[in-house]
Amino acid sequence: MADVITYREAVSEGIAREMRRDPSVVCLGEDIGAAGGVFKTTAGLFAEFGPDRIKDTPISEQAIVGMAMGAAMTGVRPVAEIMFSDFLACCWDYLANEIPKMRYMTGGQVKVPLVVRTANGGGLGFGAQHSQSVENWALAVPGLKVVAPATPADVIGLLAAAIRSDDPVLFFEHKGLFASKGETAPDGHLVPLGQAAVARAGSDVTIVALASTVPLALAAADELAEGGVAAEVVDLRCLVPLDMATVLASVGKTSRLLIVEENPYQGGWGGTVASVVADEGFELLDAPIRRVAAECVPLPFADVLEDQVIPTTAKVVAALRSLLAY
Amino acid sequence: MAVKDAGQAASSQSRGARGRASRSAAAVADRPPEQAELVQLLTPEGERVKHPDYPLDITAAEVKGLYRDLVIVRRIDFEAIALQRQGELGIWASLLGQEAAQVGSGRALGPRDMAFPTYREHGVAWCRGLDPMKLLELFRGVSHGGWDPTEHNFHLYTIVIGSQTLHATGYAMGIQRDGAVGEDGEAVIVYFGDGATSQGDVNEAFIYASVNNAPVVFFCQNNQWAISEPLERQSRVPLYQRASGFGFPGVRVDGNDVFACLAVTRKAMQAAREGQGPTLIEAYTYRMGAHTTTDDPTRYRLSAELEAWKLKDPIERVKQYLIRTEQVEMSFFDEVDAEAAEVGGQVRAACQTMPDPLPESMFDDVYTSRTAQNAAERAEFDAYLDSFVGEEAAR
Ligand SMILES: Cc1ncc(C[n+]2csc(CCOP(=O)(O)OP(=O)(O)O)c2C)c(N)n1
Ligand SMILES: [Mg+2]
Repeated sequence: MADVITYREAVSEGIAREMRRDPSVVCLGEDIGAAGGVFKTTAGLFAEFGPDRIKDTPISEQAIVGMAMGAAMTGVRPVAEIMFSDFLACCWDYLANEIPKMRYMTGGQVKVPLVVRTANGGGLGFGAQHSQSVENWALAVPGLKVVAPATPADVIGLLAAAIRSDDPVLFFEHKGLFASKGETAPDGHLVPLGQAAVARAGSDVTIVALASTVPLALAAADELAEGGVAAEVVDLRCLVPLDMATVLASVGKTSRLLIVEENPYQGGWGGTVASVVADEGFELLDAPIRRVAAECVPLPFADVLEDQVIPTTAKVVAALRSLLAY
Repeated sequence: MAVKDAGQAASSQSRGARGRASRSAAAVADRPPEQAELVQLLTPEGERVKHPDYPLDITAAEVKGLYRDLVIVRRIDFEAIALQRQGELGIWASLLGQEAAQVGSGRALGPRDMAFPTYREHGVAWCRGLDPMKLLELFRGVSHGGWDPTEHNFHLYTIVIGSQTLHATGYAMGIQRDGAVGEDGEAVIVYFGDGATSQGDVNEAFIYASVNNAPVVFFCQNNQWAISEPLERQSRVPLYQRASGFGFPGVRVDGNDVFACLAVTRKAMQAAREGQGPTLIEAYTYRMGAHTTTDDPTRYRLSAELEAWKLKDPIERVKQYLIRTEQVEMSFFDEVDAEAAEVGGQVRAACQTMPDPLPESMFDDVYTSRTAQNAAERAEFDAYLDSFVGEEAAR
């Protein structure tokens, strides 16, 4: 295997590694078989594992996720694909009311070890119903774990942890990152859920980012480095469990915090991060916490508009400058 | 496998139908049930056949009109695919092969009827009088959705699979409430695909329409594929048969036969207008192209299938019929081709000159009136854009 792979290839690689290791892992979803997924994220799996473990389903998101729950109760480890994260809304009953409540309501006797993978996010001109960043929807439901990797190696390592987890996991793959490349992960690579990564070390300001906003934050940090500013970039990797210890440690060094998120400002996950820092790290701060998030509007089809609705490097740089000048 | 057999039987149906014109109704009874149920008024060879339930009186002018529609919508589609290849459109969902299903049903609608499309109904859009440019604005990504649905009684394209069947049913119940039922009443037609029939929404729409006797016609274009998944992933019975379980009639029509689609849809719409409730029409057709321009069907289907369906082309059979019955001069076909080329040229020219929307327009129409938060975000965005203007001037 090549040393460098795409984020897209990392998805099928990550699934394949777990499927080879554990025969109870099965995949289900629309067009994931012979077609290899509409984003080609399941390419090669059908050829390797066959129709019994890579199942093309009828078009019904409710059926996919609802049945994954039932199958998980029998000891199968389903990896269900919802083609676009916007369509999580089509099966929200199972994700909000059924799956995350099973363990709790049975006093820990029933587990539903399933993963729901989905292509999340904007930037590709797919319009209001195929472009949303909805990781914040999941954040509002206790009982779900929420993962959103930024690099190919993390895709592999976090998929391993998600599939092995006995808790239900919502796994957000960012559409805008599919073509991005990075180092592959060594055999057996596993990234525990709930461990943020310091993607770039620095001492002047902390940028907290997730998935697509990690490369944005890194680009902005590069730009500021030219002016002698050292920004630290924290990649959260997971929203649940949320690794606030790493964020607080970073703010302890830098005293300044910028949060960059692709979901809308209103109800976005950055609000949760900001409130924890305000509660537990107020004395660490030398400036108000700032957030760069999507505007609170539906995503437009038009590139010229969409580019401005979601965070851009320029917006992150502008926010950093004002924060540093505070 | 039962379903596979049914599919094969239906695709060999043209051979059976060829002899039918000259033979008696007894020949109909010889065929397997699925075929016996398929309504066809024009064979792939362009022979007119009669059906006891669907008499169709059609003038030469009307046939010429349908032919013109078919050729023009195929041309618009062809132009759009080319525009996408050249980077002028973001994506396009081709209607190639489904022209007759769309034109036949589209021309069965009255101006006051309401249509709810998927994303592929360019032929219906044409029949409703929507400017093809409006479709391209959407696929070029310079508008949010496209058009005012009330202008041509043609709702927005719906890309979340199946939802529109419920919107249509609710709309039909609104018509009922308004009392627009009776001989000159109104009705709703809703389009969806074979794949969509697996969604809960579609089945729920069937139930609501049925128990409320709503004036809605469910028009399912069974084009045999849902992206990469063949029909047998969605159903073990012919789709039209599902209707009986919900308590209303279902009919399978040759979706490549524009006459049959027109006649069957006319009858179903009139029944709905008159208060006789819903009908499910399964238009049996084929998606000749890719799912969309981003799809590569060679990954999942055999080209032999496409070749077989080419013999049942929806346009060619109308042409053969017109020639056979000597209803037109040969020059007619050249005239239609020339007109189609002109429409295609207009589409192309207009597409390339479409302006991008203004950046600040992204804050419009989120709510009925601007909220304080929306106004603040817009003001902040304006200031942000202004900061670049200053920068540029300083350089
Ligand atoms: C709720 C939902 N799930 C999945 C999709 C992705 N998707 C787009 S088109 C399509 C196949 C639809 O097939 P069919 O209903 O047969 O219509 P066709 O495209 O053949 O006209 C799918 C699965 C979607 N748009 N919406
Ligand atoms: Mg289809």
